[in-house]
Amino acid sequence: MDTVNIVIDGVDIETGADKTILEAALDHGIYIPHLCYHKDLDPVGICRLCMVEIDGRRLDVSCKTPVREGMRVRTETEEITKIRRVAVELLLANHPTDCLSCSGNTKCELQRIASYIGIDDRRMKSLRRKTVTLPIDTSNPYFDYDPNRCVLCGICVRTCADVVGVSNFDFAYRGYDSLISTFMGKPMIESRCVSCGECVARCPVGALRPKAVPQPAREVRTVCPYCGVGCGIWLGVRGETVIASRGDPDNVVNKGRLCVKGRFGHEFINHPDRLTAPLIKKNGNFEKASWDEALDLVAARFAKCKPDEFAALSSAKCTNEDNYIVQKFTRAVMGTNTVDHCARLCHAPSVAGLAQSFGSGAMTNSIGEIRNADCIFAIGTNTTSAHPVIAYEVKEAVRRGAVLIVANPRRIDLCEYAQIVLHHVPGTDVALLMAMMKVIVDEDLQDDRFIEKRCENFEAFFESLERFDLEFAQKTTGVPKELICEAARSYATRKPGMLLYAMGITQHTHGTDNVLATSNIALLTGNVGLPSTGVNPLRGQNNVQGACDLGALPNVYPGYQKVDRPQIHTKFEEAWGTKLSDKPGITHTEIFDAIHDKTVKVLYEVGENPALSEANANHVYAALEKLDFFVVQDIFLTETARYADVVLPAASFAEKDGTFTNTERRVQRVRKAINPVGDSKPDWLITCLIAKRMKKHGFDFDNPSQIMEEIASLTPSYGGITYKRLDDRGLQWPCPNTDSEGTPMLHSEFFATVTGKGKFMPLQYKPSYELPDEEYPLILTTERSLYHFHTATMTRKGGLEVLRKCELVEMNPKDAGTLGLKNGETVRVVSRRGEVNATLLVTDISPVGVVSMTFHFAESPTNVLTSDAIDPVAKIPETKVCAVRVERP
Amino acid sequence: MTQSTEEFMLDDIIRGCPHSRDYLISILQAVQDRYGYLSRESIYRISDYLDLPESKIYGVATFYNQFRLKPPGKFQIHVCRGTACHVKGSAGILDTIGRELGIEVGGTSKDGLFSLDTVACLGACSIAPVITINGKFYGRLDNKKVQSLVKKLKRQGDGT
Ligand code: SF4
Ligand code: SF4
Ligand code: SF4
Ligand code: FES
Ligand code: FES
Repeated sequence: MDTVNIVIDGVDIETGADKTILEAALDHGIYIPHLCYHKDLDPVGICRLCMVEIDGRRLDVSCKTPVREGMRVRTETEEITKIRRVAVELLLANHPTDCLSCSGNTKCELQRIASYIGIDDRRMKSLRRKTVTLPIDTSNPYFDYDPNRCVLCGICVRTCADVVGVSNFDFAYRGYDSLISTFMGKPMIESRCVSCGECVARCPVGALRPKAVPQPAREVRTVCPYCGVGCGIWLGVRGETVIASRGDPDNVVNKGRLCVKGRFGHEFINHPDRLTAPLIKKNGNFEKASWDEALDLVAARFAKCKPDEFAALSSAKCTNEDNYIVQKFTRAVMGTNTVDHCARLCHAPSVAGLAQSFGSGAMTNSIGEIRNADCIFAIGTNTTSAHPVIAYEVKEAVRRGAVLIVANPRRIDLCEYAQIVLHHVPGTDVALLMAMMKVIVDEDLQDDRFIEKRCENFEAFFESLERFDLEFAQKTTGVPKELICEAARSYATRKPGMLLYAMGITQHTHGTDNVLATSNIALLTGNVGLPSTGVNPLRGQNNVQGACDLGALPNVYPGYQKVDRPQIHTKFEEAWGTKLSDKPGITHTEIFDAIHDKTVKVLYEVGENPALSEANANHVYAALEKLDFFVVQDIFLTETARYADVVLPAASFAEKDGTFTNTERRVQRVRKAINPVGDSKPDWLITCLIAKRMKKHGFDFDNPSQIMEEIASLTPSYGGITYKRLDDRGLQWPCPNTDSEGTPMLHSEFFATVTGKGKFMPLQYKPSYELPDEEYPLILTTERSLYHFHTATMTRKGGLEVLRKCELVEMNPKDAGTLGLKNGETVRVVSRRGEVNATLLVTDISPVGVVSMTFHFAESPTNVLTSDAIDPVAKIPETKVCAVRVERP
Repeated sequence: MTQSTEEFMLDDIIRGCPHSRDYLISILQAVQDRYGYLSRESIYRISDYLDLPESKIYGVATFYNQFRLKPPGKFQIHVCRGTACHVKGSAGILDTIGRELGIEVGGTSKDGLFSLDTVACLGACSIAPVITINGKFYGRLDNKKVQSLVKKLKRQGDGT
């Protein structure tokens, strides 16, 4: 980095050449009053408080003036003081003076400036105007907006526009009446605001302020428990209660930013509905039991169970250590490999597909690289709702000039920022992508050198391209030919190009093919192994990457080491000191079939809610009733837990130590903020206690750190991970030893495949399993709301419920017109498998012929409708496409 | 949702203007000329056309006095706030009308009958303080006179 030397108030300072005077001063502990400057935002220079004298001549605002070699700056002269005093007095003349009861107190920049400059009380009194009191907007469940305290610094306006990309408000009116306003002055709750609280976190005074006023007594650094982005947070604790959460500015993933769930969604932790004691079902009713009684019962019943009769479902919400213990228990104690978790329902095709083409089923690149891409191709991801902080990065890339291509059946939020939008029919991704590749090859835009040096199997792939001419693609996908060409050209030529995808790609009967199509197009254009490129599956749950890494899968041990490879088998038998099965177990979806067939009779379920999350839910309910013995370990009595024989109360993420691995393979420390509520216990400990009651060895851990030591010793990609090293930063796997600093980018020299080459895969277009017909004329696709997570066990416990209360069936106005249905009425959605009632939302976000629903709401269990037809390779059910009709109930 | 003719016209007006943010004000003027005010729908469409957040357009529209965000009333009242009228007590007149009708400057009464705006000198200083109702001048007003004037209009409005 280039540096320059400047002098501020006689102090010699060496600073980065790209800094402004204000930044240089603040970096060196020299205070210059400032109100409209914020380190995350472009400076605008409107408050004039940061005025300085440069080279003894001119005055200028220091927040906008870049440093220059030899510059001499004075931060205070008589003239400057005068300017500042007038500016501050004008602000204070209108400002309330009840500082002590304002939540901005002690953090307020206006207070700081006033005390720095010194205020003459008498003069102030004479300046005070008759104050008009404007109404305070208290409509948002989490924060208020008090325009009377606003100093018009515009920080919130810039934050909402440039950080979040929502542009909910701006300066309105003028002169004395100026204020920050939403469109038409709407209350926050009715505005476009997504309640992320980013503006609230940055407001320098108490104008935008959180509703919850109490200050925490202490703070604990940990990781957000919701999505796979893995934002760093500080949990604020007062007494034994978690009362606040704020973004961790030092975490490289989110750099202090959060979405609504991470900032406000902590109400579930100390919620009265939390399970606080073990429950045993007696005569159809749950009764509270002691741990001894419950564990004895579980251990006795598990001990009687034959290996093939047992199945475990682990949890992508739990820590790596929890998952390691559950899979070790299943394998070493129960003698079966039948352990799986909900990754089966979201990203099994990524694991299976990318393992074939690249040798490793994870994001190839890192979140921080997104902003430097020149082209971003987002297919099958509603990033704004499901991975909000990654969406901030995508919007940042667009702000920096990247081309954004969005391929999605629905007109999702990201479409507003995209240059090229492809609305393809759900389930036609292979046709769309292969047609793009044919255009690339036909126009000779492929990266020949990369294909030659780094790839294999190009010929077979090339032949399979033949069938994907533009006519076919247009007919199949519904996307105009010209758009397909434009997208192909942009992605092939605007480099580096980064491809992002999520469940729009994976949740299909041809999900693995879809994933292979994404890897094909990246290989074809040489967009792998370089910064800001790659194929990047955005993983849904906070620790779904980790649950996969740690072997909560029926065919692999931790680190994707195959259970049927003799060497591996021996390695684990030796390490765990017991006989192990070398037969892969069965998958999530197959487990429920096996329960129906009475082959699986005992189910151990840790932190999952398949009654709402599994496709074809009626099939799941029937299965759960058939079980001989069913143990659920969770933090709430979920819809699934009601079927259990024994319920074991688990500690939440805030009550235990451990690690989560985020979507970019970054292992980060989760830290205990409070003691487990009630009589609950961390998941790893509960499983260990069961094992010990069954007189098994290898479960004598005192703390999760010891578990990580065992993980590191057996899992090559986690070999260098220790709690000590994770103390101040996360590490991205592969991190094979303690000298390794981790791997932000995969495949930079070799692919992780056996040959070291990236493998092109020939593909065929396969239609979705269930297509619309006369009886069921609409396609139902499932999606997520920003305000809830998964089956909403955690998010429906407070203000988030206010932001989104119920299930909505989103339908295009044309379809609603044809069916004679009106916005807001209750409708019945019927598929071949069941029916569900929900509220109709008429919106052109939904394309004609397609309706969409989330699966967050137990009273409208969408998965009763979805199809459990599965991908033959990855065994993922096709929750993105099924045929339904919508009618008046 | 089939587009109504109104909506087509709105689009016509908007799309008839240059496709550039620099022309925002001219577009707003064109729409207001046709409809007498800027409806929510029209701002959404302008926002789409110029790829500009609606909050920004709202900011611009409220910055300039010339724009109305609510449909004008059946009786459009303009109160002069020029110097001569000010000296003769136009502030009180404005207050009275506002209170009688329960609306603020730039607002339209709930029943849609009255809208209230201010203007700079109406050029009739000799009969200050002055207001116009649908373009017709009323001069030498005092609080009493405006009160009865407003009452009369209310009766007229009810009758229709
Ligand atoms: S909370 Fe977020 S979306 Fe809402 S106004 Fe503030 S920055 Fe914008
Ligand atoms: S609300 Fe806060 S951040 Fe926004 S302009 Fe006012 S003082 Fe600045
Ligand atoms: S983006 Fe994901 S990880 Fe970050 S705060 Fe939101 S839910 Fe949490
Ligand atoms: S901080 Fe520089 S002008 Fe406001
Ligand atoms: S000032 Fe009112 S008419 Fe001239």
